[in-house]
Amino acid sequence: MAQAAAKHGENHAHGHDHGHHDPQEMKILGFWFFLISDVILFSVLFATFIVLRDNSAGGPILSELIKMPGVIAETFILLTSSFTSGLAVLAMNQGKVKQLINWLIVTAVLGASFIALEVYEFVEMVHEGFSYTTSAASGAFFTLVGTHGLHVSLGLIWMIGLMFQLKKRGITDVTRGKINVISLYWHFLDVVWIFLLSIVYLMGVM
Amino acid sequence: MLERLKEFASEFFVTGDPLIYGADVAIGITMITIVTVLTYFKKWGWLWRNWLTTVDHKKIGIMYIIASIIMLFRGGVDALMMRLQLAMPNMDFLHPEHYNQVFTTHGTIMILFMAMPFMFGLFNVIVPLQIGARDVAFPFLNALSFWLFFLGAMLFNLSFVIGGSPDAGWLSYPPLSELSHSPGVGQNFYIWGIQISGIGSLATGINFLVTIIKMRAPGMRWMKMPMFTWSVFSTCIIILFAFPILTVTLALLFLDRFAGAHFFTLDLGGNPMMYINLIWMWGHPEVYIVVLPAFGVFSEIVSTFSRKKLFGYKSMVFAMLIISFLSFFTWAHHFFTMGSGADVNAFFAVTTMLIAIPTGVKIFNWLFTMYRGRIRMATPMMWTLAFIPCFIVGGMTGVLLSVAPADFQFHNSYFLIAHFHQVLIGGVVFGYFAGLYYWWPKMFGFQLEEKLGKWAFWTWNIGFYVCFMPQYAVGLMGMTRRLSTYGWDTGWWELNFVSTIGAFLMGVGFLFQVAQIADGIRKYKTLKASGDPWDGRTLEWSIPSPAPEYNFAVTPRGDDIDEWWEEKERRAKGIYPPEQPLEPIHMPKNSSIPFIMSVFWFVAGFGFVFGWLWMAILGLAGVGICMIARSFSYDTDYYIPVDEIKRTEASLRGSV
Repeated sequence: MAQAAAKHGENHAHGHDHGHHDPQEMKILGFWFFLISDVILFSVLFATFIVLRDNSAGGPILSELIKMPGVIAETFILLTSSFTSGLAVLAMNQGKVKQLINWLIVTAVLGASFIALEVYEFVEMVHEGFSYTTSAASGAFFTLVGTHGLHVSLGLIWMIGLMFQLKKRGITDVTRGKINVISLYWHFLDVVWIFLLSIVYLMGVM
Repeated sequence: MLERLKEFASEFFVTGDPLIYGADVAIGITMITIVTVLTYFKKWGWLWRNWLTTVDHKKIGIMYIIASIIMLFRGGVDALMMRLQLAMPNMDFLHPEHYNQVFTTHGTIMILFMAMPFMFGLFNVIVPLQIGARDVAFPFLNALSFWLFFLGAMLFNLSFVIGGSPDAGWLSYPPLSELSHSPGVGQNFYIWGIQISGIGSLATGINFLVTIIKMRAPGMRWMKMPMFTWSVFSTCIIILFAFPILTVTLALLFLDRFAGAHFFTLDLGGNPMMYINLIWMWGHPEVYIVVLPAFGVFSEIVSTFSRKKLFGYKSMVFAMLIISFLSFFTWAHHFFTMGSGADVNAFFAVTTMLIAIPTGVKIFNWLFTMYRGRIRMATPMMWTLAFIPCFIVGGMTGVLLSVAPADFQFHNSYFLIAHFHQVLIGGVVFGYFAGLYYWWPKMFGFQLEEKLGKWAFWTWNIGFYVCFMPQYAVGLMGMTRRLSTYGWDTGWWELNFVSTIGAFLMGVGFLFQVAQIADGIRKYKTLKASGDPWDGRTLEWSIPSPAPEYNFAVTPRGDDIDEWWEEKERRAKGIYPPEQPLEPIHMPKNSSIPFIMSVFWFVAGFGFVFGWLWMAILGLAGVGICMIARSFSYDTDYYIPVDEIKRTEASLRGSV
């Protein structure tokens, strides 16, 4: 624990920070708390979706619109991207910058294809008369799934920014912290997707 | 062209009410005065360097408190306007729509823009000092939190003169807050003002959790932590779990209004009760968010001014943690009458009553701390003592309200109004006042004279009872809340009249406080405070007042609950701590990004309020660019050399 280290008032290998605190360690802890808040955010959206999903107000019903092949492809792509982001971290731990950046590029490309598929799926649904304003159910669906998509998109922008920083500065304590954080974030999005898959899609078609 | 401009202006600005024109003039004059004074004394650079871009937690705390007191004034004026309108039957002071706007903004401002920032101000000023840290975990994020709060609050306040205020109550229940019932921009101001400041609140919660977990002084184990820090910790846990709910709830309401979704509408499958459940899942814990830090303040003050260890330290900690847990299981008591059924109502009635138990434990602990203590009657202690009977009465009426069948009678009556003002003023406002008086010398380096403070204390307290006791009675007589006027035949007017007198007495109390502070600022040179003016017990009193920017020249230890008190006892016996060598201190650099980013949030919010998409996108793009700029900046800290620390310490300690 940090207290034990702090007890001796010693400085960590990461240099003179606030006297005896490791800033990277604090950032990761802070990020975990942020993830907790994001879990709550998604839980509320899930709850809203579950309450409203049958309120289609005479419009199209979600379960008839779900196309499982597309959803399974999305799932496969996102899970793979989570795996490749893990490989990126492994490369980082071995100190291989080039390999790290390459794995991040693979991850980002997979993430972008996930988004592309999702957008395509949404457009199809709108064509079939299931648009955002159709009913409470449609709004709840697009908001829940769309919020996840928004998270993935923001993660992509963030990841690209980090690639530039890696190019410029290589693997330092600071960039290592940043990569650790985004990999946490990326795995988290994967976990959220599993819930989306189960609650929205699988329970929807069953 | 001119015609269109006129038409736009008449919609854009709030027109037609002499009260608003008066406010327009007052706001204009204030702004011109501020700009003129800053320019005349050439203070723009000073303002920018020392305040707008600061990441120093103590300065951020002071800015929070200043903003909060300004909001207390605004919310208070709202309250007095309402009381004036209700003083006599058939009054014609505020027309009903204006009255709706006034009670909506009163509630919103008092909870979100007065209580919350006051609380965050005390967090910021005191927590790092109490745990022996040099800063919070994320100083940049801390500055960002403040500016998000501030600009969110300003956006909300703007509604008053531009576009029109929200008028659907402080929690904006649909369908009233939906586009069909509130077509104006008032609700949008509500949503975005709270949303922007709410993000700041969540960030503060995370920041202080990490600060408290990771940055305590060596030796300060969990059960050695000062009580105020414990209260902040339990509060931040509630913030972490509650504020995301608020974020989503407001976002969904906004999507209904802006994008045509149907989450809470009456048509196309929407469910207004969904909103009411969600908003109270945040709203009820919010009540404990604002009250727990006040409990922490009382614990510090009772112990200091009784010169005794706090009685039952561990039970205090557990009581606080239990309250923070239970606070999430009581939300449905806000709508017992909504037809959720007897089982649900019974569950929420019982959980609500349960909270009285840990709260009672705390009250007894404070009383036992005072028992056989050598009590000093300074203003912080007086506010603490006044809190106890006030909160007991408020707590007991709360238990009455939590009895579900009885609540069918009290629901939405003035009995309820009296109850929650009693706990929120008696608990929260009294608590933060006590904290402000207690830590004032630590913040500003001089002590306030007590005389005007005692006048303020008595007018506030007497005014409080005169104002709210009649409201219990008039509530039982059938007067409901949100009522803008009533007739002679109701028999309510005498009680209402008395209540109004009480409200104005509290206003007088506020004026005494302003006078006290003004008087203190005028004579601050003669009122210089030592590092430890109250003979305090915790680490913040071990350093000079005001604290230097790096707080502690050498990292202190925190082996005992009242570390500084024990240290003083040891010194009295001639045992001095070993001299520690000074080392260069690592500090975060000031940054303009938090301020600029929050201004962009303001721009985005303003764009969304009026549905000007270009402006909203511009604002959001600015936010994004600020985030990227921050991520790419690596030059964010510096060292204070030993010589400078020596000079600072010598001048601070020499003059004391």
